[in-house]
Amino acid sequence: MTGTYRIALAGNPNTGKSTLFNLLTGLKQHTGNWAGKTVDMKAGYFSHKHKEYEIIDLPGTYSLYSNSIDEEVARNYIVFEKPDITIVVLDATSLERNLNLALQVLEMTDRVIIAINLMDEADKRGIVIHEQILMKRLGVPVIKISSRNRTGIEMLLDTIDRFVSGAITTEPLKVVYDAVTEEKIVSLAEKAERIFQGELPARWIALRLLDGDERLMAEIAKRFAGRVEDGVRTGQGAVAERSF
Amino acid sequence: MEMVKIIFLSEGIEGDKIRISKLHLEGVMQRRLLDLGFVPGRVVEVVRKSPLGDPIAFRVSQTCIALRKEESRKIEGELMEP
Repeated sequence: MTGTYRIALAGNPNTGKSTLFNLLTGLKQHTGNWAGKTVDMKAGYFSHKHKEYEIIDLPGTYSLYSNSIDEEVARNYIVFEKPDITIVVLDATSLERNLNLALQVLEMTDRVIIAINLMDEADKRGIVIHEQILMKRLGVPVIKISSRNRTGIEMLLDTIDRFVSGAITTEPLKVVYDAVTEEKIVSLAEKAERIFQGELPARWIALRLLDGDERLMAEIAKRFAGRVEDGVRTGQGAVAERSF
Repeated sequence: MEMVKIIFLSEGIEGDKIRISKLHLEGVMQRRLLDLGFVPGRVVEVVRKSPLGDPIAFRVSQTCIALRKEESRKIEGELMEP
């Protein structure tokens, strides 16, 4: 026993996230308020191969950057609470739209499993998904499931098990930006790394700074009170910098 | 001889297909539209226009999304051959 592992479920609305949640947890769940916000996130529990898991059903969102409360809650959980695994649930019938969120999560953490849900619906519509190719390109496990028909769930559970056991190493696709942006990212990320020392994803922080995400900066200032000011005072701070 | 015709989404008429080239928007609104699929390089189709041309419904990655003129006149793209 190594204690309870924490899993977060992220995904667009209507991707069957909650169906998967209910399937995994059965009735062992409760609804709770998190992070002082009025958005509900369900937490549930299950065990598999003698390991205990707590699973959080994040609000369904198309993005993590548009600054609605739902998106902030989901983003804050992934970045600040750092679950052992974030499972991004995608709708097999609408991958183009859904992959937006997947790429955003891959920029935040490397502890990701992609679950392509609604495979029964995709099969019906003649949509073929090459999960091996996706896996190679995205650099994280990709599992096809149908939580409605309960297919692929064993495979997902085994992948979770191997993931937390350290048997799986991921190398998430790194979105490369244009040369000018990359230069700024590198210099800001260095500063962010010095301040947060691995506690927050430095490259992601750099990207959010360049995007002018003031809500996130306010959240960080709140959670890391003192640290950010120290960093700024010693000339290492990146927080006040803007690219435009 | 082909001329590339650049228009704003607000100028499209029903049935037009437009390949987005640039968003002249900022901050949260820009982010929101990108998230909805109004991404440079992607083709959107004008599905319906309300009588006064505001709002306009577009098909973008298999979904129908209506934009106010306020936003659609800030998104630029290349009008595709029918």
